[in-house]
Amino acid sequence: MGTLLEVKNLKTHFVTRSGVVRAVDDVSWDVGESETVALVGESGCGKSVSALSIMRLVAGPAGRIVGGQILFKGRDLLQLSDEEMRHVRGREIGMIFQEPMTSLNPVLTIGRQLTEGLEIHMGLAPTESRRRAAELLGMVGISDPERRLSQYPHQFSGGMRQRMMIAMAVACNPSLILADEPTTALDVTIQAQILELMKDLSRRFGLAMLIITHNLGVVARYADRVNVMYAGKIIERGTARELYANPRHPYTLGLLRSVPRLDEPRRARLDPIEGQPPDLTRLPSGCAFTPRCAFSIERCRVENPPLRVVNGGGHVSACWEAEKLGRQPTAVGT
Amino acid sequence: MKDDAPLLEVRNLVKHFQVGGGFFARRGGLVRAVDGVSFEIRRGETLGLVGESGCGKTTTGRCILQLERPTSGQVVFEGRDLTTLDEDALRPIRRKMQVIFQDPYSSLNPRMTVGQIIGEPLAVHGIVTERAQRATRVRELLSHVGLLAQHAHRYPHQLSGGQRQRVGIARALAVEPSLIICDEPVSALDVSIQAQIINLLEDLQAQFGLTYLFVAHDLSVVRHISDRVAVMYLGKIVEITDRKSLYDSPLHPYTKALLSAVPIPDPALEAQRERVVLGGEVPSPLNPPPGCVFHPRCPIAVDRCRVEVPDLREIRPAHRAACLLA
Repeated sequence: MGTLLEVKNLKTHFVTRSGVVRAVDDVSWDVGESETVALVGESGCGKSVSALSIMRLVAGPAGRIVGGQILFKGRDLLQLSDEEMRHVRGREIGMIFQEPMTSLNPVLTIGRQLTEGLEIHMGLAPTESRRRAAELLGMVGISDPERRLSQYPHQFSGGMRQRMMIAMAVACNPSLILADEPTTALDVTIQAQILELMKDLSRRFGLAMLIITHNLGVVARYADRVNVMYAGKIIERGTARELYANPRHPYTLGLLRSVPRLDEPRRARLDPIEGQPPDLTRLPSGCAFTPRCAFSIERCRVENPPLRVVNGGGHVSACWEAEKLGRQPTAVGT
Repeated sequence: MKDDAPLLEVRNLVKHFQVGGGFFARRGGLVRAVDGVSFEIRRGETLGLVGESGCGKTTTGRCILQLERPTSGQVVFEGRDLTTLDEDALRPIRRKMQVIFQDPYSSLNPRMTVGQIIGEPLAVHGIVTERAQRATRVRELLSHVGLLAQHAHRYPHQLSGGQRQRVGIARALAVEPSLIICDEPVSALDVSIQAQIINLLEDLQAQFGLTYLFVAHDLSVVRHISDRVAVMYLGKIVEITDRKSLYDSPLHPYTKALLSAVPIPDPALEAQRERVVLGGEVPSPLNPPPGCVFHPRCPIAVDRCRVEVPDLREIRPAHRAACLLA
């Protein structure tokens, strides 16, 4: 399996009144062909800004990509002209946002929003793009697609809007889909439908997916590999199975422990992560998680731990105490 | 009043909203937001009310608080039917029933300091009239919810989401209520903070003998905090029982589907798990389906379900479900 997208030392900063926010702070990760990768973390950790950076949609002038490379099929997206970048967006990389209502145009019909991309990127004639648009709606499970094409977003339910977003994202046969919290705004039963649909499409068309979420449960079923972010950095990465079974960063461990789980006996008390999420303008020196960490040692306060291999299969963790967190003693992987 | 009498009893609660039907429109529709809901909550108990958006769980809460006047039905709180009382008569009772909202940002006045926000109900209800005493009481309330005295001088925007929710809780506690309606109190918070707030709610319940109606869509959270759970679908309760029975042996196909849709953070388990993915979507409460409201999405529906409305009946002791096939 080749590498489709490789993000290298990406730095995206925002200039605010209270100082420079390093929203994405020297972060590297990749997505293989037809692989599903998750970027997990809480609000403000930099996961959405990572996706926007790939699409070069970071809102200036406050926000700017200040360093790094984003290699997509070997080309550095940061070096492309605006014109070339427009061809990548929608055509080669599709995007699904959290709130489908705000990311659809309320005054254009569903049909128009679907055919626009097909006509611009694929050069389809109007009749042909309309036929293809109907086919796409059918594919994402919207019944009576012909009639639906002439309706407006407000006539669609939340679940249908998200299906429509998925149809738009896959319309031009991209090789990668960025999905930013694709199910967060949806009800539980609809969430399950949308996730199954996305998985099915990715299998059928060999699509690679980057799922951005705060919900560790959502990605357990669908991700091949998981990156956990905290305060602008990736603090742990591994295959989904390895990471959930054997978390090696106190933050990942804390996230997994703090949620009540239906598959386990009910606990008398939950184990929260104490303290507050970090203020990105005033990060502590050393590891940003130290103030909330139950395992911290003196070194954590002064020296920021790099990502280190903690186990086989590419499992890495940015924690000085990663070895102690493991169930078995460190096995230095390949 | 006997000790084991319920603190709150909701009987046949109905709330319909008239929509559309303006001057030019022929006729408007009737949204059956809450359509004949009955349950009771005993003192010191937590009843979880779960369901998807639009199922009527929030409207039920608002009808109990008399923020919405019910179309029909009774809300009996501490032995009195609130639906028969006028605003003046309700005011002293409102002190006994408080609410914690989902979004702690939009439910706190951005121009007031935390101290003013928490102190206001004390002044309004004439509980602590003297200024200095009020400041002392505010500090006490802040410490109950895990905040510091200096937080009293901050504004909501200077606090994190979790801290804001703590302020919302302190404001509710200020008037020493017996019932708190928690309307999705943790769903807007980060995962690592949710557990802090849930633990806090449990501690306060133990400390002050509070009774909770916990309205939420997250079934794992509801299981953790509730003694009994009611599941709503399209304005009706479809299943109600104690926590253990609901999660260990659910009777209604909707409850079963909801439980199966909850993702489990364990890839190995998820890989083996059979999932009941419900087809379709929740129908509009403007035009609910005939018979059992769940039949269009129900995996086990038979012909009878399309015509016959199932009663919420006791199928096992203290375990009621509204399904003809249960």
